[in-house]
Amino acid sequence: MTDLLEIRDLKIEATSYPPGEKPRDVTLVEGVTLKLPKGRVMGLIGESGAGKSTIGLSTLAYGRGGVRITGGQVVLNGQDILALSPGALRRLRGKTVTYVAQSAAASFNPAKKLIDQVIETTLAAGTPRAEARARAVELFRKLSLPSPETIGERFPHQVSGGQLQRVMTAMALCPKPELVIFDEPTTALDVTTQIDVLAAIKAAIRDEGVAALYITHDLAVVAQIADEIMVLRHGKMVELGDTGQIITAPRETYTRDLVSVRQIEHPPKPDGAAPVLTIDAVSARYGRSGPQVLSDVSAVLPQGQTLAVVGESGSGKSTLARVITGLLPPLQGRITFAGRDLSPTMAGRSREDLRELQMIYQMADTAMNPRQTVATIIGRPLEFYFGLKGAEKKARVDALLDEIELGPKFADRFPAELSGGQKQRVCIARALAAKPKMIICDEVTSALDPLVADGILKLLLDLQREEGVAYLFITHDIATVRAIADRIMVMHRGRVVRSGPKAEVLSPPFDAYTDLLLSSVPEMKQGWLEEVTASRRMAAGGE
Amino acid sequence: MSRIPLSALIGLILTAAYFLAAIFASVIAPYGMAEVAGGVWEPMSSAHWLGTDSIGRDLLSRMIYGGQVTIFVATAATIVAFVTGALLGFVAAVSGGWVDQVLSRLVDLFMSIPALILALVILSVMPVTLPVLIAVMGLIESTRVFRLARAVAVDIAVMDYVEAARLRGEGLVWVIFREILPNALSPLVAEAGLRFIFMVLFISTLSFLGLGVQPPLADWGGIVKENKDGIVYGVPAALLPAVAIATLAISVNLVADWILNRTTSLKGGRG
Repeated sequence: MTDLLEIRDLKIEATSYPPGEKPRDVTLVEGVTLKLPKGRVMGLIGESGAGKSTIGLSTLAYGRGGVRITGGQVVLNGQDILALSPGALRRLRGKTVTYVAQSAAASFNPAKKLIDQVIETTLAAGTPRAEARARAVELFRKLSLPSPETIGERFPHQVSGGQLQRVMTAMALCPKPELVIFDEPTTALDVTTQIDVLAAIKAAIRDEGVAALYITHDLAVVAQIADEIMVLRHGKMVELGDTGQIITAPRETYTRDLVSVRQIEHPPKPDGAAPVLTIDAVSARYGRSGPQVLSDVSAVLPQGQTLAVVGESGSGKSTLARVITGLLPPLQGRITFAGRDLSPTMAGRSREDLRELQMIYQMADTAMNPRQTVATIIGRPLEFYFGLKGAEKKARVDALLDEIELGPKFADRFPAELSGGQKQRVCIARALAAKPKMIICDEVTSALDPLVADGILKLLLDLQREEGVAYLFITHDIATVRAIADRIMVMHRGRVVRSGPKAEVLSPPFDAYTDLLLSSVPEMKQGWLEEVTASRRMAAGGE
Repeated sequence: MSRIPLSALIGLILTAAYFLAAIFASVIAPYGMAEVAGGVWEPMSSAHWLGTDSIGRDLLSRMIYGGQVTIFVATAATIVAFVTGALLGFVAAVSGGWVDQVLSRLVDLFMSIPALILALVILSVMPVTLPVLIAVMGLIESTRVFRLARAVAVDIAVMDYVEAARLRGEGLVWVIFREILPNALSPLVAEAGLRFIFMVLFISTLSFLGLGVQPPLADWGGIVKENKDGIVYGVPAALLPAVAIATLAISVNLVADWILNRTTSLKGGRG
């Protein structure tokens, strides 16, 4: 069988503009070679900056913002597409090769109906409108979208995120392409939605017989869909092999790290410690007449332990954090912290209350003032709460920098000069500087690469052991929960569905929602997707 | 500072020349401000480089002194506008709620009255001295600065780092001066250049209408007014201060433009 796509020794460069230095050329991708036969799916996996998307876009002979393909060949159907004229490229893009982007919500034109956007390139290729429409409806049906005949008449904001991602897949498949690039199509979705989208994409790829490049950072996801997997790091290929071989018998150390990620052993601490935080029947809503976001939520967090709050987007996890911090006064209910009643509003709390209850945010980028140095960021709580000044303050900042495994040389840097993981570490140091009894961690690892996130989780566990601080850990990621929690609280639509010690919550019998949530987490084995969808279909048929 | 674009360089040189001439007016002006040194509307000559004005004063000397008045009043009024406008704008954005409502609606009220008419009405009942002029112009223009400062600060006030500072228990002063101001500076600096130009035009207009700088002092607008009748006889004395106003406006704009380009990048800018 001849190969549909062959990439030979690809080299991609871009010009970078480091602050205070001369612009210089950096190599993003080097020496990448791959072959993809018709109808096969290859997974490209790696951390951010590994060059996954850049390689994906090169099969469209396209480089994003100043990115240049400077070497190698991209051969599609025996033709080097890098040498094509702009006109020929235009006929290739959106017809022979199509692309599915990560954020469907940002990629659709909000002012046009879905169907018009789905069949746009098909029409441009000369297909009559009625035929293109019929094809789109067929694809909607294949992707198990509700009411396939009429869903195209809606606007992007009228369908859910998971549906929109499937509509985009239909858009990519509509012109009968030979190659489809999927660029993290399920990353922005909740796990329970992700599984449906994955199953739909997989079925559609199989039925249409197209070849696909599937780009993701989640090895468990790509294992469900790809025939082969290429592991990338810093723009170079680390390992290429069959999916089975990669996940069961990885050859390279880096691949092994990726496979074994999130397997931190964390035996839960014994019950019986006095509670540091008690939430009693709290309800809350935004504005005077908004819908109720929290209804009757109660929870207990023992001293020095971790309570993981799990749920999908919209379940009220972050609202709970806002209520605890006093940013959003609750409608009713009581919060007790370190043995005293907490005032419902921030203004009513003492400086001690504020000091002992710290917070770490999801986006470390926006959680630090870009105009302040690391020393100022960490030093301010020291000065503010403890009145430390001069050498004393500097010594403490250096000690904190050591604690977060960065070291004093980072003190003079600005946030822009730090990597994602380093930024989150500085935020941890800022919270620690206040010597808190409890830290609210709001999705602190979800914006980070798996290996970096692992480092952060380990650091948090170490710090808990040394400082005896309690964490309220908000996350949507079950693997993170397993790694860090002592107690778990599952939330769904503003209510507590299930709560208790880790072992109890994670073992059967489950309630319906927890079961759905737990079974939707991709497992690192082939065929998992089929197993789950089959068992769900059986369960649905049995009812 | 490696590369300064040509436009910015021209702007910088001209602006510097005007400011230096204003600062050292008493040193470089060949004649006194109110000194009658020749005949009425004499043409340009080696004794009077730009000729003389409607009552025989040296036009070059008058332009230099006039520039001093114009630039001083415009600068002072810009500072007044920025201090009050930016401060109130930040307070409105950070406090929100009724504080924001009261301040914003008050500003809307003032902005609904044309600035020039408002100034003319106020100045017609007040003694027209330099401090009063500066205060009136500064406060009227501060409504525009308020709008910008509030808009910029509202975007910054919802950032996590501002929330983090509030959760720490920081007061209004720290939040405004340490968290918001450093991040709002670049649009404000660019706006300051523009506002300065509007101030130059504002004071010139007021003086031309007779309610600005009062004789024997004169600014560029006043000099245009004194010599406007000469245009009928082909005397260019009224045009020269007008040219000065225009060139100052353009050159300050060029500089402001360049500063904006340099500072928009959060990483400290390049070039």
